[in-house]
Amino acid sequence: MRTFLAVLRRDLALAGRQGGESGLALLFFVLGAVLFPLGLGSDPGPLAGAGSGLLWVVALLAALLSLERLFRADWEDGALDLLAARPEPLATVVLAKCAAHWLATGLPMTVVSALLGSMLAVPGERLGLLVLSFLAGTPALTLIGAAAAALTLGARLGGVLTAILVLPLYIPVLIFGAAAAEGRDGAFALLAALTLATLALAPAVASAALRHAVEQ
Amino acid sequence: MVRSLHRLASPGRFRRFAGRILPWTAGVSGLAFVAGLWLALVESPIDYQQKDSVRIMYVHVPAAWMALSTYAVMALASAGALIWRHPLADLAAKASAAPGAGFTLIALVTGSLWGLPTWGTWWVWDARLTSVLALLFLYIGYMAIWRAFDDPRRAGRAAAVLALVGAINLPIIKFSVDWWSTLHQPASVSRFGAPAIDPAMLRPLLVMYAAFFFFWIAVLLIRIRAELNERRLAALALQRSS
Repeated sequence: MRTFLAVLRRDLALAGRQGGESGLALLFFVLGAVLFPLGLGSDPGPLAGAGSGLLWVVALLAALLSLERLFRADWEDGALDLLAARPEPLATVVLAKCAAHWLATGLPMTVVSALLGSMLAVPGERLGLLVLSFLAGTPALTLIGAAAAALTLGARLGGVLTAILVLPLYIPVLIFGAAAAEGRDGAFALLAALTLATLALAPAVASAALRHAVEQ
Repeated sequence: MVRSLHRLASPGRFRRFAGRILPWTAGVSGLAFVAGLWLALVESPIDYQQKDSVRIMYVHVPAAWMALSTYAVMALASAGALIWRHPLADLAAKASAAPGAGFTLIALVTGSLWGLPTWGTWWVWDARLTSVLALLFLYIGYMAIWRAFDDPRRAGRAAAVLALVGAINLPIIKFSVDWWSTLHQPASVSRFGAPAIDPAMLRPLLVMYAAFFFFWIAVLLIRIRAELNERRLAALALQRSS
């Protein structure tokens, strides 16, 4: 637990001080969402009903952008070797880094999603559902992404490769997230179940992959 | 079984074993393709509703079965490579990816060719089609990760972990037609009780399945052998340069 808190505090401090890495993902999320009404025309017709789905797609892409940095800096300067040498399971470290990553990217996206939703013609009574679906779904984006980022650590074309690996795995989150935002029956429960399942599995996968990267 | 798998770990023994059974698997596959295609395209009856388009099934269904079982083999071999460090398991998993992607592509293409006359559309975004499309991307991602590392050992481990993670998709594909009501029909051959398909159509289907299966075994043997040769060449080149 102390390791968890220490890594969490350190990563949050880094995210805050290094200025803007996570802020850029949020900015991308806002800009990407704003592009859709411009591309589809100012007529509200094509946007009506599509807003929450579009927001979810942009959220996936924004999450992708911030993944590359999750482990790379620690891997390059050797901090990861030290963390892997500690007696605590590496999964604790992964979980702490994921929590910090979510607090720095997923949570701000959740907060902004209500504003963007109303800009994308999501009806007012659905905005609450949209925010709830983001709250339940974005942790899964961080966790699945962490597993993929750990796998591609040290690979050539790391960023593109991470995108290719992670987007197919994001499909269920997108499907249930968009369905939950529209208030379909049972979709929210499935989305929450998906997030809990990734919470159980992804740290184990990511720490196994990190061990392989460190052993090399 | 486990012991015989361990005996195959020696490249020389594998080479001899592959050389002995390769002609047989290739021959059986070729014969089954000829017989199966004749049975499927000429002998089998036409469907009273779908007319001749039902014959697409004899390619579509075996390809889809092989797409799934190739991924299952790839995931099992990856587990074998990670747990027992079996030297051939790595190669078997790597060699499975390209044929598996091919089977998946065949299943998707024949499926949409079949969809147009029977469903009235090339493609629907239902659970079965989407999850099989995801399977194709998983195969492609698996092949990409093998090429992304300079160190083949690290590439093999990363790819093995990815193959195991992607195996979550297999039950989703298998049961997608039962969990969500979709345009795609539920299973009619592999289910409890008698298959819900006429023997006159089941027979060519099974022959075609045998053709696909032995084709896959033959391709796997050839690809593993090629990979072994390539590693040997690399080792020899290293020896000569040092």
